[in-house]
Amino acid sequence: MLKDITIGQFFPGNSVLHRMDARFKIIITALFIAMLFSANTIIGLLPGILFMALCYALSKIPFRLMLKSLKPIIPIILFTSLLNIFFLDGVVLLRVGFVRITYDGILFTVMMILRIAALIAGSSLLTYTSSPISLTDAVESLLSPLKKLRFPVHELSMMMSIALRFIPTLIEETDKIMSAQKARGADMESGGLLHRAKALVPILIPLFVSAFSRAMELALAMECRCYQGGEGRTRLKVLHSKGADYIGLTIAMLFLDATVLVDLLL
Amino acid sequence: MSIVQTENLTYTYSLGTPFEKTAVKDVNIAIDEGELCGIIGHTGSGKSTLIQHLNGLVKPTSGSVFIDGQNIWDKGVKIRDIRFKVGLVFQYPEYQIFEDTVFKDIAFGPKNMGLSEDEVSRRVKDSAEIVGLRPETLGKSPFELSGGQKRRVAIAGVMAMEPKVLILDEPVAGLDPKGREKILAQIKRYRDEKNATVLLISHSMEDVARFTTKILVMENGGVFCYDTPPKVFGRAAELASMGLSVPQITRVINRLKSAGIDIPGDIYTVEYAVKKINEYLARK
Repeated sequence: MLKDITIGQFFPGNSVLHRMDARFKIIITALFIAMLFSANTIIGLLPGILFMALCYALSKIPFRLMLKSLKPIIPIILFTSLLNIFFLDGVVLLRVGFVRITYDGILFTVMMILRIAALIAGSSLLTYTSSPISLTDAVESLLSPLKKLRFPVHELSMMMSIALRFIPTLIEETDKIMSAQKARGADMESGGLLHRAKALVPILIPLFVSAFSRAMELALAMECRCYQGGEGRTRLKVLHSKGADYIGLTIAMLFLDATVLVDLLL
Repeated sequence: MSIVQTENLTYTYSLGTPFEKTAVKDVNIAIDEGELCGIIGHTGSGKSTLIQHLNGLVKPTSGSVFIDGQNIWDKGVKIRDIRFKVGLVFQYPEYQIFEDTVFKDIAFGPKNMGLSEDEVSRRVKDSAEIVGLRPETLGKSPFELSGGQKRRVAIAGVMAMEPKVLILDEPVAGLDPKGREKILAQIKRYRDEKNATVLLISHSMEDVARFTTKILVMENGGVFCYDTPPKVFGRAAELASMGLSVPQITRVINRLKSAGIDIPGDIYTVEYAVKKINEYLARK
């Protein structure tokens, strides 16, 4: 069940998107988010959603995976839409007692659902198509101007890459510990909140113990190989920007323009 | 009657993603009560996935699992009851230890069974004794113990549930020779005392040859063969072709035979080899 979490997962492939420079993908994702948030109407969201659909088509990531990335946020979407649909002022469509549904409420709710869904599905594409290493390299490269301000850019990206690298390991470990405790009759599926919280103890303690020992081992291994920070470090894979990256960036900018225009005109 | 049985058991990981992989393919096994069954196979041959089906931790993609003649995925079967009947010790089980005393950690399983305090205490002491933990160790913190001792605590934790079928995934991996020997003997003792059935995954052909009554050989998610040790190790060439080997002593005997020395070919333990070679020398 933990294996079903797809946010932050990488799906290897060889599409145009997979081959793009990760720095550009991060910038384009930022532009995409800007598209979604500069739109004030449902129609204004269309260019952004269209852009996302185009990217998914190019990435050859199965449509199913996009739906899967949305699964964890369904509760959030439901909760916020319920709040919005009942509490926004505007033209009243339906009134039962003191509960009322307004036209504006429905419009706003639909827009918000579209926006959140597109936000998650679209930004998931960034991790779906870029390996964690290329992503952290890209972050380091994009943040490198901050080095002038003595901001520890390399250390930050090293921390990021270690964290990302160990997500699958820890998930696997959690799965294994859960299985082992279930084999000893641990009951995690039934009972009240307190019972369930207690049932987590046999999982969390071994998980923390092994996470700490892993951290110690990793630190030791890094020191054995004379790791001393970013100074003078070279890379195995150097990021290169190509023509396709600039084309992609241009397309994303055009879509952002389209969003702004649609909003101005309507 | 077979206590553990599978019918056309198939399991596919990550169905519908690029990582899709069939780990177990159409497996039919029937293991009789009281057997001490060794499971061997190359890394990735599906051994670990197979055993996780036997106590219902993994639900088969297709096919069925029978424990004591009962289909464990039938309606009305409580899967927890199956887990108390089929005890599973994972690889490196010391990583599942969480309580602050050895006693409490071993008691986790029996307590989950809802047994009385006296019974829990009896089982904890019993299983600690089987795995060779001294009574004064029971009050200690398991995190202070050595690796081998921790392993014993974890194995005792499963034995304390007194399962009819005890399954162990490489129980002696990473231990020194003396520790290996002891733990294997303790597992055998558990089987003899509780009339249990034991399944044990191992990469050591020597261990498998000496300790088991039957061997299940897995290859690419399927069953290659299930037979007695002499018959399995009689197929040395086929085992070699799938990256497995026969015990060292069998290789020695095979070489002696091909050098023209007249000794039987079904030798797979050192003790038996010594006996046969002495007989040969006496004849000469």
